[in-house]
Amino acid sequence: MSIAPGTHAADRPAPLSVPATFLWTALMVVAGLAVYYFVGIDQGMVSIFGSDTHIHEFVHDARHFLGFPCH
Amino acid sequence: MEKRLILRGLLCGALAGLLAFAFARIFAEPQIDKAIAFEEGRGEAQLALDAAAGLAVPPEEGAVFTRAVQADVGLGIGIVALAIALGGLYAVAFSLAYGRVGATRARALALYLALGGFLTVYFVPFLKYPASPPAVGDDETIEQRGILYLSMVLASVALGILAVWFGRWLRTRHSTWTATLLAGAAFLVAVAVLIAVLPSFGSLSVGSPETETPGPLLDPGGNIVYEAFPADVLYFFRLYSVGAQVILWGALGLAFGPLAARLLEPAAGRARAGVPAAQADPVAGSAS
Repeated sequence: MSIAPGTHAADRPAPLSVPATFLWTALMVVAGLAVYYFVGIDQGMVSIFGSDTHIHEFVHDARHFLGFPCH
Repeated sequence: MEKRLILRGLLCGALAGLLAFAFARIFAEPQIDKAIAFEEGRGEAQLALDAAAGLAVPPEEGAVFTRAVQADVGLGIGIVALAIALGGLYAVAFSLAYGRVGATRARALALYLALGGFLTVYFVPFLKYPASPPAVGDDETIEQRGILYLSMVLASVALGILAVWFGRWLRTRHSTWTATLLAGAAFLVAVAVLIAVLPSFGSLSVGSPETETPGPLLDPGGNIVYEAFPADVLYFFRLYSVGAQVILWGALGLAFGPLAARLLEPAAGRARAGVPAAQADPVAGSAS
């Protein structure tokens, strides 16, 4: 650590308040998980567009390579 | 602050994704091409066997996208999109952890979190259910495999968070060294139990083969008419898959740390720039 001896408690990192950050946190979690779902899972084990396979085929190589079960 | 951290996470994710894509395009695509060539060759051999046995031959399916589109645009957009999403989620985890895990500073926390993300989101699931090239994996079991893989990801992320909490609790009665080792050992034991308990992908298929990797194709007389899946292709595909994730999470942690530090710890940044911490406050005070 680059913090010199004698650093006092006031220098400890201050946590961000959860209520103040809630909106952006929630939006990011929803959007992030949605992208994770579409890149990794949709039109494989479950599909929200029925039997269409365009997303699956398009990200096919990425899905295999990123470690998701593909087909 | 949260918005600015998330924006930086998304940007660092995009950068990390581009690096991982460049690596994947150069190293993984030749292996994927070999795997697809194997899949097609084995499929043709199987059709010839079926025709000889008098079985109905299914009509050929048309490709939705060409291999060029899948290998260039699809691979790139898939990796970069996932990396951006992971970067944003990583920034959320960072903003929740910052200031709540002892005196860990932004740059160090960024690296610890990237290591944790790599281990729990990718590598621990990989130990049980490794990334597989085309042709490895039974179409009929995709649902079970998908559920098992996601369960593995969720469980290892949850175990990782629990291990950190456990370590924080141990820290109240042991040294940081001891607390870290004990929490790490607890995580390893929990992961080992998880891996031992969950079924392997191969066991899901008809006949419960030991592995889902295709063996040699035999004719009714027991002669090999098509080779088993090439071991080197499987090895290099998985090696490069791990390599790409190391690049992705490594770049994310290294790029995000300094950006977050500049945002959250401007005074500490001056101290790092050569002003001793003991004098940093008066200097900062007189400068402002």
